[in-house]
Amino acid sequence: MSAITLKNVTKRFGDVTVIPGIDLSIEDGEFVVFVGPSGCGKSTLLRLIAGLEDVSAGVIDIDGADVTGTAPAKRGLAMVFQSYALYPHMSVAGNIGFPLRMAGESKEAIDKKVRAAAATLNLTDYLHRKPRELSGGQRQRVAIGRAIVREPKGFLFDEPLSNLDAALRVNMRLELSELHAQLKTTMIYVTHDQVEAMTMADKIVVLNRGHIEQVGSPLTLYNKPDNLFVAGFIGSPKMNFLGPTYAKEHGAATVGVRPEHIKISKESGLIKGTAGVAEHLGSDTFVHVHVAPDQMITVRTSGDSVLRHGDTVWLTPDEDRLHRFDAQGKAIR
Amino acid sequence: MARAVSTRRKITFTVIAWVIGIAIFFPILWTILTSFKTEGEAIASPPSFLFFDWTLENYTTVQERSNYFLHFWNSVVISLGSTVLGLIIAIPAAWSMAFVPGKRTKDVLMWMLSTKMLPPVGVLIPIYLLFRDAGLLDTRTGLVVVLTLMNLPIIVWMLYTYFREIPGEILEAARMDGAGLREEIIYILTPMAVPGIASTLLLNVILAWNEAFWTLNLTAANAAPLTAFIASYSSPEGLFYAKLSAASTMAIAPILILGWFSQKQLVRGLTFGAVK
Repeated sequence: MSAITLKNVTKRFGDVTVIPGIDLSIEDGEFVVFVGPSGCGKSTLLRLIAGLEDVSAGVIDIDGADVTGTAPAKRGLAMVFQSYALYPHMSVAGNIGFPLRMAGESKEAIDKKVRAAAATLNLTDYLHRKPRELSGGQRQRVAIGRAIVREPKGFLFDEPLSNLDAALRVNMRLELSELHAQLKTTMIYVTHDQVEAMTMADKIVVLNRGHIEQVGSPLTLYNKPDNLFVAGFIGSPKMNFLGPTYAKEHGAATVGVRPEHIKISKESGLIKGTAGVAEHLGSDTFVHVHVAPDQMITVRTSGDSVLRHGDTVWLTPDEDRLHRFDAQGKAIR
Repeated sequence: MARAVSTRRKITFTVIAWVIGIAIFFPILWTILTSFKTEGEAIASPPSFLFFDWTLENYTTVQERSNYFLHFWNSVVISLGSTVLGLIIAIPAAWSMAFVPGKRTKDVLMWMLSTKMLPPVGVLIPIYLLFRDAGLLDTRTGLVVVLTLMNLPIIVWMLYTYFREIPGEILEAARMDGAGLREEIIYILTPMAVPGIASTLLLNVILAWNEAFWTLNLTAANAAPLTAFIASYSSPEGLFYAKLSAASTMAIAPILILGWFSQKQLVRGLTFGAVK
């Protein structure tokens, strides 16, 4: 269990500054998700915390102790990699038991803990298999087993679900959330998938080009994005941004409105448009409406919508749910 | 899609391959055959191929005249010793070049390879003098050291190419799991690279076994390996083809047998890890 604090953490690769200086505090037991587009520095930040990369400047604290120059092995953190990074020459039991072996525990203690971890992860029948004889989901479980077995101070996950198929991903997402509820250990999770971030996090850190754009709970980011980047990144389908004419009426440079906060009607409304593709998900329908030659607005409407391609429609944004941004892209509150 | 190869083409290529194969192997075969002839038959013209009086007298004479097993043992110690010592030095070196490359890693690798282009005779005198002053002349230790140095670039290069195939994330995982550098190399990297290390070991044992320049120049009687043993039969007192052949056969037999049983590993080794 531990709190992790970053103070002005900076990373440069040669002349390229990847992370120009980040301050962040992660509370004990929190599930924190780093999210952002690829190349935003989220994985680098995780590797800095792990100690797999050296920081160029700044300080990393774990539980009040400065670990900036400490080797990864001595930081007490466990990591789950995107490729799982299992040891191919060891059995499942050997993989899960490896951190304990490195910690110098007795054979009996290792055996007992490996069995306990395998039982929680449904791996008991596979203990003697080699990683190549397992499915993707099982390999993922072994990687998690290897991380939990020595009761680390914190867990680091580097896009652990991106190699799994969609159905398995949803399952593992639940299992990881369940695991966090059980262990109550600090977890840092890196992903580019904002759905994973929204569903699992206590706190989301949105990164863009090495900067933190916003830190907050999933609903805070969703309801009160600090800037255009966060507004556009969080939420699926994406927030719609309306043009300068409409924005000026509301005293802003840009106005954003989420697809579920627009009323669509065939009779009357504020903005006239032509219905384009309608995506039927059963529970909802996403209608893509052309309102100008180069502008499209996505509207979320009920699952039984009967709009057809080419229909003329009228859109009315909910005035109370508008997000206003100034010329610099900052939210106006 | 596989291209259809006509039977005729197949036959042609098979025949060509066999002809080339036999042409390359023929001298070795002839050496082995000659070793079973008498000295008279060995130089007879025209030579007889298979129909002569098979005899083992050359082998007994050779064994009487010089102690085969001493040279054999020297060869074993020198080739294995230099290879194992080389591996102990090369594994950490290749680790650092493959997993923590610096700006100059490529240059260092090229420079190491370039040392193999130096004609050994160019450094014979300095090394001879160093050996004389250090008391290493005609010792197995001395030969182990010099052959290690000669083959080290090849060992590092081979291991480097094998290590590059190992994903770095696995080593990082080991670091996160509490392994220090030593544990990482012993428990993770080395076992994962066993096939590559085995090929490297085999190839370098063979290279060291066959090495003749240093072994001939730096040994006299005590540390002389099989190469020196063969050379002692091409003597100024006249050519004894049959005895020379017997000595050669005895010298190449161990390595021929080793090579035969490890063909697969060797091919992998010779292609420098390019073929999986």
